[in-house]
Amino acid sequence: MSAAAKTGLDPVTLAVLKGRLEQIADEMDATLYRSAFNPIIAEARDACHGLYHAQTGATLVQGTTGLPIFVGAMAFAVKAVIDKVAREGGLQEGDTFLFNDPYEGGTHLNDFRLVRPIFRQGRLFCWLASVGHWLDIGGNVPGGFNARATESFQEGVRFPPVKLISAGRMNEDILAILAANSRVPQSNFGDLNGQLNALDLGEKRLRGLLDDYSDETVTAALDVLTARAEAMMRETIKALPDGDYTFEDYLDNDGVTDDRLTIALTLTIKGDGMVLDFSASSKPCAGPLNIAYSTAVACCYVALKHVFTDVPANAGCLAPIRFVIPDTTLLAVSAPKPVGGYTETILRVIGTVFGALAKAMPDQAMAAPFGTINALSLAGHRANGQRYVMFSFFGGGLGGNPETDGLSHGNNPISMATIPPAEILEASYPVMFTQWALRPDSAGAGTHRGGLGAIYEIETLSPDGSDVFLLGERGRFAPFGVNGGQAAALNRFTWQSETGDQTPPLASKITDVKLAHGRHVRLETPGGGGWGKAGERDPALVARDVRLGYVSTACALRDYEVVVSPDGVLDAQATKSLREGAR
Amino acid sequence: MSVHDHKKAGPMIGVDVGGTFTDLFFFDAQTGRFQTAKVPSNRGNEAVGFVEGLQTLGPIASFSSIIHGTTVGTNALLERKGARIGVITTRGFRDVLEMRRRDRPKTWGLWGDFTPIADRDLRLEVSERVLADGSIHQPVDLAQVRDAARELLSKGAEAVAVIFINAYANADNELAAVEAVRALWPNDNVIASSEILPEIREFERASTTALNAYLQPVVGSYLARLQSALDQDGFGGSFHIVQSNGGVMSTATARRLPIRTALSGPAAGVIAAGAIAKAAGFDNVITGDLGGTSFDVSLIAGGRSVLAAQTTIDFGLVIRTPMIEISTIGAGGGSIAHVDKGGMLQVGPESAGSVPGPVCYGQGNDRPTLTDANVVLGRINAARPIGGKLASLDVEAAKRAIARHVADPLSIDVMAAAEAIVRVANARMAGAIRLVSIERGHDPTRFTIMPFGGGGALHAGALVHEVGLSSALVPRFPGITSALGCVIADLRHDEVQTVNAVVDELDEAAFDALMVRLGRKATAVVEQAGIEVEAIDVVYELDMHYLGQTHTISVPLPVTLQGASTSVTAALVREAFEQAYQTSFSRLLPGLAIRIVTLRTAAIGRRPAFDLASLAPRDGASLENARREPRQVWFDGAWHETTVWSRLDLPVGTVIKGPAILEQADATTVVDPHLSARVDSFGNVVIERTA
Repeated sequence: MSAAAKTGLDPVTLAVLKGRLEQIADEMDATLYRSAFNPIIAEARDACHGLYHAQTGATLVQGTTGLPIFVGAMAFAVKAVIDKVAREGGLQEGDTFLFNDPYEGGTHLNDFRLVRPIFRQGRLFCWLASVGHWLDIGGNVPGGFNARATESFQEGVRFPPVKLISAGRMNEDILAILAANSRVPQSNFGDLNGQLNALDLGEKRLRGLLDDYSDETVTAALDVLTARAEAMMRETIKALPDGDYTFEDYLDNDGVTDDRLTIALTLTIKGDGMVLDFSASSKPCAGPLNIAYSTAVACCYVALKHVFTDVPANAGCLAPIRFVIPDTTLLAVSAPKPVGGYTETILRVIGTVFGALAKAMPDQAMAAPFGTINALSLAGHRANGQRYVMFSFFGGGLGGNPETDGLSHGNNPISMATIPPAEILEASYPVMFTQWALRPDSAGAGTHRGGLGAIYEIETLSPDGSDVFLLGERGRFAPFGVNGGQAAALNRFTWQSETGDQTPPLASKITDVKLAHGRHVRLETPGGGGWGKAGERDPALVARDVRLGYVSTACALRDYEVVVSPDGVLDAQATKSLREGAR
Repeated sequence: MSVHDHKKAGPMIGVDVGGTFTDLFFFDAQTGRFQTAKVPSNRGNEAVGFVEGLQTLGPIASFSSIIHGTTVGTNALLERKGARIGVITTRGFRDVLEMRRRDRPKTWGLWGDFTPIADRDLRLEVSERVLADGSIHQPVDLAQVRDAARELLSKGAEAVAVIFINAYANADNELAAVEAVRALWPNDNVIASSEILPEIREFERASTTALNAYLQPVVGSYLARLQSALDQDGFGGSFHIVQSNGGVMSTATARRLPIRTALSGPAAGVIAAGAIAKAAGFDNVITGDLGGTSFDVSLIAGGRSVLAAQTTIDFGLVIRTPMIEISTIGAGGGSIAHVDKGGMLQVGPESAGSVPGPVCYGQGNDRPTLTDANVVLGRINAARPIGGKLASLDVEAAKRAIARHVADPLSIDVMAAAEAIVRVANARMAGAIRLVSIERGHDPTRFTIMPFGGGGALHAGALVHEVGLSSALVPRFPGITSALGCVIADLRHDEVQTVNAVVDELDEAAFDALMVRLGRKATAVVEQAGIEVEAIDVVYELDMHYLGQTHTISVPLPVTLQGASTSVTAALVREAFEQAYQTSFSRLLPGLAIRIVTLRTAAIGRRPAFDLASLAPRDGASLENARREPRQVWFDGAWHETTVWSRLDLPVGTVIKGPAILEQADATTVVDPHLSARVDSFGNVVIERTA
């Protein structure tokens, strides 16, 4: 008997309600994108909305367009508010909480959460929440990505959950504190209003739906949807062979001390349950590559959703999973350990989940994506003396998979953000791109190779040059291949100086490098790892890759054992004997 | 001038060539006579079906004007069957087309790859550089351009796109290059990005330009085949094409800018829907075109359809040119119903298409579709299928398929399962309607749904309930709405230009001169189209925002081209912006600089008004002539004795209470219980809640 039948809810009403509820979250997303002031929300869609369980804060319904990493983190944000209310009481209809504490709600200080209770007949029915990335919240570096931070206080201002709106009345004091602590108060205020618009709209739509279908029916539907997600997840796990699957990967360093950091995972499948144990990972680090427990859980959720795409986005799918993430690791730190570089760490955590699952389900294995956001800033003054900061994230290749080669120049698993066009960046800042291209030989070789990374080369046009900041990774440990596939190329960053080309001493992170007028920086990003043995790739595809310039003849020979001319003509005979000789 | 008079006087034919059928609408303005026809499309050689269809309406030589809505371009894009093209671009930038905007196909799941429409070895770089301020950093090396063109020819390129960085700011390098290519290229298929879209954002401009080149040989040869077939039959009138923006253009323009035909057919449908609704007294309409695989929704507010600046045909294939905004979801008559692993009933997006089609077609599919559910519920008449290709539909086979794939897994009986399929499909369609209305700040209760295409009228009544719409308006000939739109659409030509100027620092004279130049350019294209218009209106819109924002809002300017000036001023621009911003977000941000990003200019050639009363029921229509044998139809969990009517024989003013079924050759209208259908003076059926 289906879960729906037990509650007396007919399957059709359930399907209809599921669509209506998701649409509420989607509409909240859309409202914020349109009215947000800063491009990280408006363009890159660094935001998320949903409905959360009244007592536990568990995710009930999630939009289909929200930023993947927030989808996992929001339940913790709502729980933080629930805990506060349990401690202090005083929850009223018309309240709205605001906070950005990354140790309670996950991610980093730039992400502001608004959490609102929804009451029905005087009783708490559920919570609505909104999160969005604000441009600047103080700290040593504009925008927050401080690669050298050793304490949270150097990254910005921290708000615990506070009542921004109390029984419908805005607390103007909080607005004043917010405004006094940012380099761009107007932008933050605009985004805050956008988030409030989204909550208002969500509340209106939800009340309409409850009036149409009754609170009981909607509650029943929410229970069934959660149970269904859990059932699907259990069924999916049960299909995997029992066992312990270990995998580890590394971060170059923490930006302060030049030691590698290990993310080590033991993934255990037993029956319909799964344990993710990160105990063997490195201890908390001095620099900003730590993350909070909630962030670690959230990014595991992102990884699992990318592998098990059928399972719906609600708390049910996490029910069969137990997390072991001790606070002796860099994956469960508390205040004031710095967390501003969390993006790099979660990408590595996601990769280790992919790597461990690849061992459990080799037929569905996917090689590593490029795995670094490369937060690059060029800052300085224009010819007219005005200050500018060009800040952007860059793309790379996704991993080879059972169906296809990896996607070239994709975005990271944690977001769907698109890159601003070169023409927009050139029109906005005194820079000129001299190259914006795919990076040959950057993909991991394999039966299905990885996607290609990219080359971005930028000349500064500022009369007095630019200061350059980079927070990246994968400078020393390349994206891995699976099922015999090879690793991709390393991330590489160079800049021109009087004495020739320079590379960062910390491989992938620099602060305050001076770039003189007319000189270039060059970022070469990793591709994705390869899937399957390179020697088993169809030689005709390797010849095509050479003709198109994705792969050099040397790489074709070395990695693929394929003899091909520079214009892509395959020497089938020579290839055959080479490949047979290799066996 | 006699030719002129002939054009004005003789019969006009609208021809909409779709994937399955070619629909035609004949209209003689002098006599008020109209006629419709539907013939099978000839996939792969659409010209054959086109000419056969025309011949059913009379001698082709007697027609004065043919206006065509085409899917040849759309299909070439969707099926990746365009020409082999080359790209010549700025050194360092040949991968723009392949790198896209650093996106991926789906939010969840990292599989899938992308193949650009121009192979990497057919994308060649030359030395040249323009900066963002329009200054020439490095002049173009024309010798390199010529070498590149020759190399592309030797590699078999049939068309070439010249795409230089920052060409929106200064096109000199790009135009010099394109001229050099044209001088040695053996055909007309050479285009520069600044000729297509002088707008900032290199990927969107490159994609649009390359897709235009990709279509040029395909659409060009198709139109040439049509023209020669028409010539053979002695056709001496004018021949025009409907654009995605809902306006008509000459075939010469269509051959040069085939990218503007990407949504030709659907756009014509929306134009007709707007005209029909307006005549019937409805200004706020949501059109719903239910086809075999998809449901296309478009919104008309205050009598005006919404234009989208950009559309994505498929992952990584972006077209940026004004088009009627049509949102599509994968729910059509052929959408397959199944129960997923979690026990949830799903309808679509997988579709059985028209081949093999629904189970009841008996062409080999055994998984139930939405159409199968409609047949089992008695809503579709199994003995008289639409389109006339099949003699009857296999109800029992449809029932078996629903039992096996839906009823059994859900432990419900087959009729409940069939009804569930229709309800889930209705809920998905309702969701699409809410998104285009509510998400844009429109209140759905003020809107009427106008279904067209073969299947929409089956579901219109249910959608009125589900979304809370005011009513449904079923046009008299739902199946030929796009062909009718071809006949009534205005002429239109759009020009887009990036401006990037802060309003406070606006050089009013220079801006006015730009508006005048683009206004005249667009007007000239409409004037040269060779079809009668009553007037040409020049309409200006700006894309604007507060400095620092990335999204823009659309700001209509209350000025037009008059003589040598538009009388635009900075104050007028500011006022128009603030009004539009207030409407969108209900708050202004005083003290912040305002920027004009893009100027959009449209010349619209107004065609003589089409009197839709011509379509109204003739004398002789009567309730008795319209009455058909009643049958059992399943509504709300039970069979209901349901009256059945021949829709076209119903006289004006008839009111029929639901449950009822109205049948006609190209569509079936379902009037659910608690709703009533009324025939208005144009012959439309208005479905409303029973008072």
